[in-house]
Amino acid sequence: MLAEHDRAERLMEIAKAEGLYEEIHLLREDGTLAGPVDDIPPEIMVAMYRHMVFARAFDRKAIALQRQGRIGTYAPFEGQEAAQVASAMALAPEDFVFPSYRDHAATMVLGQSPANVLLYWSGRVEGIKSPAGRHILPPSVPIATHVLHAVGAAWASRHRKEQAVSIAYFGDGATSEGDFHEALNFAGVFHLPVIFFCQNNGYAISVPFSRQSASRTIAQRAIAYDILGVRVDGNDAFAVYRAVKEARSRALHGLGPTLIEAVTFRMGAHTTADDPTRYRDQKAVVEAWQKRDPIVRLRLYLEAQRLWSESDEAKLQDEVKARVEAAVEEALSISPPDMEMMFDHVYAQEPWHLAAQREEYRRTREGVSI
Amino acid sequence: MSRMLNLVQAINEALDLKLADDPRVVLLGEDIGKNGGVFRATDGLLEKYGEERVIDTPLAESAILGTSVGMAVNGLIPVPEIQFLAFIFPALDQLLSHVARMRYRSQGQFPVPMTIRTPYGAGIHGPELHAESVETFFAHTPGLKVVVPSGPYDAKGLLISAIEDPDPVVFLEPTKLYRAFREEVPEGLYRVPIGKAKRVREGEDVSIFAWGSMLRTALKVAEAIERERGWTCDVIDLRTLYPLDRDAIVESVQKTGRAVVVHEAHKTAGLGAEIVSLINEEALLYLRAPVKRVAGFDVPVPFFALEDEYMPTEARIRAGIEETITF
Repeated sequence: MLAEHDRAERLMEIAKAEGLYEEIHLLREDGTLAGPVDDIPPEIMVAMYRHMVFARAFDRKAIALQRQGRIGTYAPFEGQEAAQVASAMALAPEDFVFPSYRDHAATMVLGQSPANVLLYWSGRVEGIKSPAGRHILPPSVPIATHVLHAVGAAWASRHRKEQAVSIAYFGDGATSEGDFHEALNFAGVFHLPVIFFCQNNGYAISVPFSRQSASRTIAQRAIAYDILGVRVDGNDAFAVYRAVKEARSRALHGLGPTLIEAVTFRMGAHTTADDPTRYRDQKAVVEAWQKRDPIVRLRLYLEAQRLWSESDEAKLQDEVKARVEAAVEEALSISPPDMEMMFDHVYAQEPWHLAAQREEYRRTREGVSI
Repeated sequence: MSRMLNLVQAINEALDLKLADDPRVVLLGEDIGKNGGVFRATDGLLEKYGEERVIDTPLAESAILGTSVGMAVNGLIPVPEIQFLAFIFPALDQLLSHVARMRYRSQGQFPVPMTIRTPYGAGIHGPELHAESVETFFAHTPGLKVVVPSGPYDAKGLLISAIEDPDPVVFLEPTKLYRAFREEVPEGLYRVPIGKAKRVREGEDVSIFAWGSMLRTALKVAEAIERERGWTCDVIDLRTLYPLDRDAIVESVQKTGRAVVVHEAHKTAGLGAEIVSLINEEALLYLRAPVKRVAGFDVPVPFFALEDEYMPTEARIRAGIEETITF
């Protein structure tokens, strides 16, 4: 019997020898390039940076609001900004987007209002609406179930011969669910224009990826379904952007689905109700991953290219602060809900029993005296 | 023009007509294409409409319903088939967490019109888990509608209504009746409304509520009992189980003052309990006897050597009616 460590090493050697799923890097941690990025326009790079800085400020503010009791439980995404922002920027308005509950950096790039995100985490269904002109589905709570929805939506797009793709956002934990495998299988069999975008952030709540799966990578799962698998540095905005752009283009050219594994890290807790110190050396992992911070390296690159300056940064910080404050103001000043809206939208037309229950609620909500 | 069709032919014709009528309609499921479905409900449709619209899928029920959700939010009207009702269990997450809730949680932005067709019920001596009758699961799920035809005419008209309905419909097809008898079925599109029960026999002494294959059994007993005892039964085919047709149930009980509910589903927490409650809420003072439930026993649906006695038999239904009338 090989020791666990030896076996892992040996398997990685085999994977490397066969060129299987080495992580693709374009932007190194020190802000230098590992390869040409001529296909990414400078204005896109700057826009990515601006979105990422905003997303981080928003995320931290949301945690603070939860701590103050002003919103409910919140699922932070700090550390995953490059994966979410760059992938979203590679999409087109006609695409269908199926996020999970930790993908607000992506949905905000696509036009979801930050105030709506705060409303969602305040228990308000109003926060779930897709912005006009986009197809962003409500975040899926049951894990991996929405990966199948992306396959179905892609099917419908192809059915009408539209130039649109679907993308599902999910985490490493989702890859243990049956629905993930069924989705890859269906998409593979029917060559559907869908992108499976997995943010492998290391942990599914407390369970590390090493316990989630014996697969060395998530990308290698693609082999079994005979679809394309790509493994990228998820903290490298350029690598993510290119991977999604290419996947989208292949999908539209009839080459079928791509499974993208963006290797990243959830710097914080699973949600504000979670305590990561119970299952990992939080200080050590955060320190290790801070060196790979997606925002720092992008700024270093932009500055070296003279695409960004100190004064740009100062302006951006002010702007971000104001936007976050405005979102908080908007979300927290919303009037309390009309409780009767719980009866709305169960069906296209209200059936008799719901009408009766609505009426009974009206009649008895304050109590009745006989 | 109408012809004599059996129930499975009527289903086939409804699907054929809707595929021809609406380019958004697609069928998907296991063995529904080349094979025409294990009961031949989709026979000939692949040849006629092609594999983009009549899709033989891999064997994965969660994916059949999950991809249907994605199709529906992106403008198609899927009609997924689950090969046998019990095979829907791996897809319950999709059904309960998404199909039923998508309109609600998106506040009307992403409705998911679809008709989930599935054969259900005992009586054809199938293997284990080919005979379930768990309609109560779906009737306990806000956002779904549940429809059960008991004959060819209704099957066609109800299925067309279901496919045209803006909300998801679970369409349960009684396997025992697929080829049990023929009925006049008009050609062309026609609709039988969802949410409306049908009185299939007029009577004064007791109301009998049933659906699916039990309707046929109950009807036989009603005919015999009138002949032999002179008691007349008001036999109501509920046709839609969720939402129930309150008016039909209440009016009938107000007239007869007695009621028997017959269903092959397990008795405890079966739909009969809901019907008894409704009668209790709306017509208690009209009752001259307790409402009787004649139902499948609270045992797993047994292997088929025992299934005929698991289902309410003519003898048990007759006993229930006699007990109620002579109370």
